[in-house]
Amino acid sequence: MIRQGALYFGELFTRFFEFLGGMTLLTRNVLRELFHKPLYFRLVVEQIYQIGSRSFILVFVTAASTGMVMALQFGFGLEKFGGKLYVPKIVALSIVRELGPVFASLMIAARVGAGITSEVGSMTVTQQIDAIRALGTSPIKKIVIPRVLATIFSLPLLTVIANAVGIFGSLIVGSTELDLDPKYYFQKIIQTVFLNDYLVGMGKTFFFAAIISITACYYGLNVSGGTQGVGSSTTRSVVTSSILILISDFFLTKLFWIFEKWT
Amino acid sequence: MDIIRVLSFEKSFGPKRVHSGVTFHLKKGEVLGLIGGSGAGKSVILRSLIGLEKPDRGQIFFYDRDITRYNERELIEIRKKVAYVFQGGALFDSMSVFDNLAYPLREHSSLTEDEIHMKILRQLDDFGLGGNENLFPASLSGGMQKRVGLARAMIMEPEVVLYDEATAGLDPYNTKRIQEMVLRLKSRGVTSVFVTHDMPSALAVCDRIAFLMDGIIKEECRVDSLPQTNESLIYQFMIGEIK
Repeated sequence: MIRQGALYFGELFTRFFEFLGGMTLLTRNVLRELFHKPLYFRLVVEQIYQIGSRSFILVFVTAASTGMVMALQFGFGLEKFGGKLYVPKIVALSIVRELGPVFASLMIAARVGAGITSEVGSMTVTQQIDAIRALGTSPIKKIVIPRVLATIFSLPLLTVIANAVGIFGSLIVGSTELDLDPKYYFQKIIQTVFLNDYLVGMGKTFFFAAIISITACYYGLNVSGGTQGVGSSTTRSVVTSSILILISDFFLTKLFWIFEKWT
Repeated sequence: MDIIRVLSFEKSFGPKRVHSGVTFHLKKGEVLGLIGGSGAGKSVILRSLIGLEKPDRGQIFFYDRDITRYNERELIEIRKKVAYVFQGGALFDSMSVFDNLAYPLREHSSLTEDEIHMKILRQLDDFGLGGNENLFPASLSGGMQKRVGLARAMIMEPEVVLYDEATAGLDPYNTKRIQEMVLRLKSRGVTSVFVTHDMPSALAVCDRIAFLMDGIIKEECRVDSLPQTNESLIYQFMIGEIK
């Protein structure tokens, strides 16, 4: 029993450090090759379409639903204490600083992260990645960098949309369900949300995008065990990047908070 | 002069030791058949010849340069001269047959798109694939995928070709086409390593055959002086007495 437990934790530690080492090496390779020619600009644009444009509906629905539900919950909750008028401030700040970036990132981790891992993983098991190398080209340049750059470019833009849609959703609920004047609601948002609030939220998404895309590529490039392996790697990729987003969100919030106080 | 020299090649995967001192060499224009049972590690050697795998110990010389010390960037120069024919073709499934063949040309040549177009159509005709340039790999038969893989590997006119089970799973017609193609390249002075289980093909195209077993080359001989006795491991492998 003890031996089994020790073996289990031993394997868990080995896998953790294997992942850590692999991710560090992949990040180093991405950074190193990013500044060497050629940069496949066309592939980056293609990936922006795949990652950014095609994720729009998912992010739109998630943001709208989040904004509407939050307005409803805060509205009914604060009404008991006569604080209904604070709903626009609370909801707008929560969305812009936290929920917009984090929910958009989690949605992208699920949709895009899974997509990248399964695509790259399928290429790995069918030796297409080996073929890229055998033909004298680099999979980091051809596969990883376009996806990383496209995610870093798309996620902040999707977050801008998520923030706007979320706030607009809360405004609709605020005016229809909570009987708040839309003009007042909008005015309060403008008075509460400053540029730095927006930048703090947006700033995080660059890190989240890097986490999602590098994790997804790492799991895709390290698939083993055929098509079954692709499935389990995809699951691991989504779970890992979601956990990393949530953990890093705390530290990034703290970091930006220190930075805000400092400036 | 040896084009390829493999010295004391050792490789393990986890606790499993696959190679424990493989040594062989190849002269220009020679075709070496590498045979052995499933799991003997033939493909691992082939992959190591272009740096897709790193040996644990030993050296691989390509034109007297030890490529085991090369990093990915340095290996690119070697890979431009060496073609690797993958078992399943390893075609890029998001690209058409035309784009698969154009891939190495666009990356490594200074040809214009018109010249690339002409070259690809000629190559496809040479491989009996004319008229298929707009198809995607998923709509090709296994044999056609292999031939497209071959056509793609050969389009840069390599000095060395590494065949990984090039004839496995093919019908006699396609097998013969591939044999003819290997012989055609051989007559042009292209050096090749032909990994296979298909003994008739190995005998048809190879100059020498090396038998890989228990992590080393157990026996090596010229095809024209192949022993026909039970003392020869290659002969025993051919008649199915050992695996």
